[in-house]
Amino acid sequence: MTYTSHADLGGKEGFGPVVQEPEALKFHAPWEQRALALTLAMGATGTWNIDMTRSARETLADYDRLTYYAIWLKGLGRLIVEHGLAERDEIAAGRMLHGAAPVQRVLNAHDVPETLARGTPTARSATTAARFALGERVRTRAGEIPHHTRLPRYARGKIGVVDRVHGPHVFPDTNAQGLGEQPQWLYTVVFDGRELWGSRSTPNLSVSIDAWEPYLEPLR
Amino acid sequence: MPHDAHDDHSELGEMDVRVRALQTVLAQKGYIDPAALDVLIDTYQTKIGPRNGARVVARAWTDAAFRTWLLEDASAAIASLGYTGRQGEHMIAVENTETRHNMVVCTLCSCYPWPVLGLPPTWYKSAPYRSRAVRDPRGVLAEFGVHLPESTEIRVWDSTAEVRYLVLPQRPEGTEALSEEELAELVTRDSMIGTGLPLPKRDAR
Repeated sequence: MTYTSHADLGGKEGFGPVVQEPEALKFHAPWEQRALALTLAMGATGTWNIDMTRSARETLADYDRLTYYAIWLKGLGRLIVEHGLAERDEIAAGRMLHGAAPVQRVLNAHDVPETLARGTPTARSATTAARFALGERVRTRAGEIPHHTRLPRYARGKIGVVDRVHGPHVFPDTNAQGLGEQPQWLYTVVFDGRELWGSRSTPNLSVSIDAWEPYLEPLR
Repeated sequence: MPHDAHDDHSELGEMDVRVRALQTVLAQKGYIDPAALDVLIDTYQTKIGPRNGARVVARAWTDAAFRTWLLEDASAAIASLGYTGRQGEHMIAVENTETRHNMVVCTLCSCYPWPVLGLPPTWYKSAPYRSRAVRDPRGVLAEFGVHLPESTEIRVWDSTAEVRYLVLPQRPEGTEALSEEELAELVTRDSMIGTGLPLPKRDAR
C-alpha cells in the first residue's frame, strides 16, 4: 500500500521567497481562530492522538492548495467522520442528524487553562537501554515508508552523528496507525550540509532532525 | 478593486459558515463546550505569545545561573517562569555564539514552542520557509535582512519530534546598563526562531 504525505517539504525547490508578516498579526480571519479552537477541543476528547491528526492532514489530496487553517479544518472533518463521531451529511447540513457517539472527555471552559498548561508529554520511562551513544555515527533508514513517519525524505539514507539523547518517546509511526505508543529512544542526529545537499551545499551548514531509534542503524 | 474585495469577502464568509456549521454539529452532539472555544481563542490571542519567550531570554542574559539552567534543562527553567504545557512539553534552548547561529524549522508540519512563542506565524508554516530553511538557510536569512559571515556555522534544527527548540540569541552590545525588562523589549520573535537578531539598543520597541 502506498502512503503519500504532501507535507514533507524539506529541501524541495520552487516555492519562492518567504513572505513575512508583522509579529502582532495572529489570525487572518475569525474563522481561523475557531478552526484552531475546534481542533484543540476535539483533540481533548481523546478520540485520536496528535500523530493521527498529522497523518489526516498530510494525506489530504489538496494539501498544497489549502491555507494552513483550511488544512486543519479539513483534517478535523476527516477525523470526525473516520472515528464515527459525525457523518458527512451532518457536517454539510450544519446540524445533528444521527445519534452521538460516546467520547472519553469533554473540555469545559474552566478546565482550559489547566489542560493547556499540562500539555501532552510524550516522554516515557525507559524499559530498554539506548542503542546509540552520544557522538556515535549512524545511518538513517532509506527508501519508502508506507505509513505516517517523522523521518523527512531529505534525511533518509544519510550519515549523521548522535548529538543529543532524549530518552524514550511515543513512536509516531505506530501511534498514527492506531498500533499504540510503542515508545522508542529518541535522538537528535546532526548531518553536515554536504551529506544532505552535496558538495555545493552552503558552507558551514549542519542540519539536525529528531529521530527515533527505528529510523537509525549503526555505522560499522 | 471593489470586485476583488467582494470576492475575498465571500470566500471568508464561506469558511466562516463552514466552521460554524461544524461547531453546531459538535455542540449538539455534546462533544464540545462552546464556552471552552472562547477561552481557547482568547488564550492564544491575548495570553500566550512571544513576549513570554522574550522574558526567558532576558532572564538568561542577566542571570548566569538561569542561563546555565536553561541550556541544561530548558523545560524546567522555562517552567520556573510559568510557561508550560501544550507544544512546549519538552523544551531545548540552543545558544547563538560568535561562531554559531541556530535556526529552527519544522519541515514536516508546523511544530513550534507555543508556551514561549505563541502560535507560529504564517511564513513559518508555509512551503517557502519549510522547504528552504534546511537547504538554503543563508538565502532565507538574507530575506530576513540577516547576513552572517561564511565562517559562522549555521545549525538548523528540524523539529521532527515533540521536542521544541528556543533560540537564545546573543545579547546586543552596549546593553550593560539595561534592566531585564528593557532587555526583553529588544528580543523579537524572529530572534528566538533564529531568522532574526535582537534589536540593537536604540531601536527598543
